[in-house]
Amino acid sequence: MMTSLLYGGTGVILFALGLWAFLVYEPLLRKLIALNIMGSGVFHLLIAIAERGALPPDPVPHAMVLTGIVVAVSATALALAMGRRLEDDDDAG
Amino acid sequence: MRRAGTLVIGALVGLLALWLLWVLRDALVPTPRLAELALRELSNTGVSNPVTGVLLAYRAYDTLLELAVLLAALLGIWSLGAASPGFQPAGTVLRGMVKLVVPLLILTGGYLLWVGGHAPGGAFQAGALLGAAGVVLRLAGDARAGLPPVPVQRRLVVAGAGVFVLVGLATMAFGTGFLSYPHAWSKWLILTIETAATLAIGVTLAAAYVGGQPQPPSDTDGPS
Repeated sequence: MMTSLLYGGTGVILFALGLWAFLVYEPLLRKLIALNIMGSGVFHLLIAIAERGALPPDPVPHAMVLTGIVVAVSATALALAMGRRLEDDDDAG
Repeated sequence: MRRAGTLVIGALVGLLALWLLWVLRDALVPTPRLAELALRELSNTGVSNPVTGVLLAYRAYDTLLELAVLLAALLGIWSLGAASPGFQPAGTVLRGMVKLVVPLLILTGGYLLWVGGHAPGGAFQAGALLGAAGVVLRLAGDARAGLPPVPVQRRLVVAGAGVFVLVGLATMAFGTGFLSYPHAWSKWLILTIETAATLAIGVTLAAAYVGGQPQPPSDTDGPS
């Protein structure tokens, strides 16, 4: 219980930090990093919630985190490619 | 004014975090969950690792759509223009390390793919390792991140979702319904899907790291 709370609480704090940075800072790259930190917070939270009490850990949130990580990586790559393209256009124009 | 706005946002986000912590404390009490059902039915899926069971048997639809998301992201990256030329060729020490690390990554990926049936592991971990091998190769100066020529890349990238859909259609044709595996074949169907998914995830991640439409020196065999 205490371990789950600590782990999930860390996830909540990471989520809040990421959300704050996402809203406050202007540059695209910082927003992207902030989004990734928010995502990591959500993954923490899901893993913490998977283990409740003395029961074996719930595999469903584990699977969601696993797929979530890969989707987050590919979405970040797409956003980075878009950001670079925007900068290229700014330079040209 | 701007500073005040930052402070207001900070206070609001802090309140949200406190509220979420409060909710989390209440949510951590043991309650009926899907876990019991998932673990009880596991012997019917052909795999004994519950996470793989969830990914490829209970919620195979989710995983299929997730592979489609990966494919869509890569198509987006490829449509945004050409890749940057890459990095300088590696020095002697880095080249030695790459020669050591990349085969090890591929070997570990294959092991994780196989072990995913009964222990932690599976297509996503194995695919991530293959993608990491591509990233290492690109950092060491290989402009194509060790990937095969473009036409082969395209086929491999589509293979993940493609094999998944084909297996689904085959199970439909045999009358068990889309992606409901017949019991005797279950393990091998899951392994087939996972192998294709591993290759597709690895190639997609490495190609995403290259970061643009790959430009082969002699791409004259048709429109790209």
